[in-house]
Amino acid sequence: MSDAKTGSMSRRSLLHMIGTVAGSTAMYNAMTEMGYAQESGYAGPPKLGAVKPGASVLILGAGIAGMVAAMEMRDAGYKVTVLEYNGRPGGRNWSLYGGDTYTELGGFTQHVQFDPGQYINPGPWRLPHHHYGILHYANKLGVTLEPFQQVNYNAYVHNTNVNGGKPKRFREVQADFHGHVAELLAKSTKQSALDQDVTKEDQAILLEALRAWGALDKDMKYVKGRASSNRRGPLVDDGGGLNSLPTYSEPDSMSTVLNSYMWRAIGWGHDYEYQTSIFQPKGGMGSIGKAFGAALGNLITYNAKVIDIHQDDKGVTATYIDSRTGGAPQKASADWCICTIPASVLSQIPMNVSGKMKAAINAIPYGAGLKIGLQMKRRFWEEDDRIYGGLTYTNQPNAMIGYPMWDYFSKGKGVLLGTYLMGAGAFVASAKPPEERIKDALEYGEKVHPGQYKANFECGVAVAWHRVPWTLGCSGQWTEAAREEHYNNACALDGRIVLAGEHISRLPAWQEGAVTSATDAMTRLHARVMSA
Amino acid sequence: MKFAFAAVVAVVGLCISTAAMADGAQDMGAGAMNRGGPYDFKGGQAIYTNVCQGCHMPDAKGAVGAGMYPALAKNEKLETAGYPVAVITHGQKAMPSFGTLLNDQQVADVVNYIRTNFGNKYKDKVKPEDVKAQR
Repeated sequence: MSDAKTGSMSRRSLLHMIGTVAGSTAMYNAMTEMGYAQESGYAGPPKLGAVKPGASVLILGAGIAGMVAAMEMRDAGYKVTVLEYNGRPGGRNWSLYGGDTYTELGGFTQHVQFDPGQYINPGPWRLPHHHYGILHYANKLGVTLEPFQQVNYNAYVHNTNVNGGKPKRFREVQADFHGHVAELLAKSTKQSALDQDVTKEDQAILLEALRAWGALDKDMKYVKGRASSNRRGPLVDDGGGLNSLPTYSEPDSMSTVLNSYMWRAIGWGHDYEYQTSIFQPKGGMGSIGKAFGAALGNLITYNAKVIDIHQDDKGVTATYIDSRTGGAPQKASADWCICTIPASVLSQIPMNVSGKMKAAINAIPYGAGLKIGLQMKRRFWEEDDRIYGGLTYTNQPNAMIGYPMWDYFSKGKGVLLGTYLMGAGAFVASAKPPEERIKDALEYGEKVHPGQYKANFECGVAVAWHRVPWTLGCSGQWTEAAREEHYNNACALDGRIVLAGEHISRLPAWQEGAVTSATDAMTRLHARVMSA
Repeated sequence: MKFAFAAVVAVVGLCISTAAMADGAQDMGAGAMNRGGPYDFKGGQAIYTNVCQGCHMPDAKGAVGAGMYPALAKNEKLETAGYPVAVITHGQKAMPSFGTLLNDQQVADVVNYIRTNFGNKYKDKVKPEDVKAQR
C-alpha cells in the first residue's frame, strides 16, 4: 500500500477521519475512490498493528466469524475471551460423524451411526475459489482441501412426470436445450429476423458461434448425428477394434425439453458462487472449525449460553449460564465486544445498544434449510450409474441428491446427501420428525435409483435448520428494503459493541460472509480502540 | 453497434438468473425443479402440522435453546386476531414472512385453528378479507 499524501494529510489518517465521522460506508466509498478497496471484499487478513497494552475483547460465538476475530486480535496482542453456546467450536461449520448425538429443538434426538470416514455437512459444504477469506484460513490452519463438484454431466435430471419417470443425464438435458436454442436463433438469423439488431458481418460470426455452442450440424440443425452425440453422448460409447461402429443418440424435441422443466437444473452451476473450481475440506467442513478451535485452545469457554449483554463507559459484560445444566449465572467482561450471535438468537437477549441497532437486529428473518445424510452400504451410483460426485436434480420434494465427493472408486460405503432444501419445502420437511424426513428421502431416492436406493440404505441423519437450538434457522435473509433501512445500522460500532457474522454481510449463508464481516468489524473496532 | 443477443440471453436467463443464496431467498433458486411453494395445504390443521409445527412444535408449546420459539398454546397475545395474521403475513424478528406461501384463505384458516386449539378458546373468526386488508 502506498503512503501517498492527500494535501497535508496522509491517506490513512484521512480515511480514519472519514470512518470515524461518517461511518463505514462513507469510508468504503472513499476507499474505493482512492483505489484501496477490492471488489472481492477480502484483501487479506487485517493488519491491526500496535495494540494498546492490556486492551481486551470479548467475543460472543465461536463460529467462523468469532474465531477469525479471536485469532487475529489475539495475534495482534489483545486479551481475548470467547463464549460459545455449543460444546465444540465451529458453529454452522459442522460435520456429523458416526458416534455423534444431535438433539434438535423439540427434543428429537438422533444418534449418528455412520461408519468411520463417513460424514455429512449439515451446513456449508462448498468453498468457491473466489472466497479468498475462508480459503486463507483453511490454508493457514493446515486444512487439506479437495475438489467439490457442483456440476456432473453424468449425474441425473429427474422428473416423475417426464420420460416415464426415468431420469435423463445432465449432459443430455443441457445439450438438447442449448442445441434447440441455437438452431432457433440460427434460423431467425438466416430469415433476416435479426437484421435490425445484428449487422450482416456479425451475423456470419453469430452463426459460426451458434454452430459451435449448440452442436449444430452442417445445415445448422440440432439433430441426431455426430455433432449432437459428441455433446449429449452417443448411444453406445465408441471403442476399439471391430466392434466400434459409431452410434448416435436421439435428442429430445424442443417441446419435450421445454415442457420437461428439466432446463431448470442446468443453470445453477453457471452462477458465480457455483463455478468451477470449488473446494471442500477433506474429512468434512467441520475440519476448519476444529482447527480454529485447536488453535485458540482455552480462549474459548464452551457450553456458555449468553443471557445478557451490558455495556457502560468502562467495558462490556456478558452474563451466561451453562447451556446444558443452567445453574448460577457467570460473567465475562472486556473493554470491547464483537458479538457474532445469530440475529435470531440475539434479538432475544437483553443488550443495551441503540434503538437503530436493535431495529436492525429485529429486521433479519432466518431462512429455512434442511439436509439429510444417508449411508449406503455400496456406492451403487458409481458402480452402476458411473456418477462420481456432483448433484442429481429431481422435481420431488427432496429437490436433489448429492453424491460423496471423496473416496471415489472405493469398494466401501458412501453417504449420499439425500435431501437438500431451502425455503418453502424446507419448512415442510422441518415440521416432520427426523425419522419421517429420512423415510421420505428414501422414497424419493428410490424413484431416481430404482432397486438400488432402499436396498443399500443403512442409516441416516436429518438436520432441519429451524430446529437447530443455537441458530433457529439457516442464515440471515435480507430483503433489499431491509438492507436499505437497516444494514449500515447493523454494521455500525455501537459504543463498545460491534456485530459480525454471515448475517452482517452481503454474502449471507456463506462462510466468506462471516470472514469478511469479522475482518471489517475488527478493523473498525481496532481503529476505535486506538483513537479512544 | 447494438448487438442484441437478447433472445438467447432472455431464454438462458430464465435458468440462471436466481442465485440460490441471494437476498431474501425463499426458494431453491436456479437448481430447483421443485419450488416447494406456494403451499396447497387445505384447512388450518393441515397448515399447522405441515408448516408451523416445525418451530412452534406439534403441541404448540414452543421450544428453548440458545433462543426460544414462543408457545402458541394458551397464548394471550392471540386474543387480538389481527396480531397472528400480521405475524404470519409479514414475519416478525427472526420469523420469516409466509405471505407469499399462504393465500388469504390459508392464513385465515390457520389463525382460526390456532386460536381455537392448544388451550386457546377465542370465538371470533378471521375471514380471508381480514387477511387481505393486512397485506
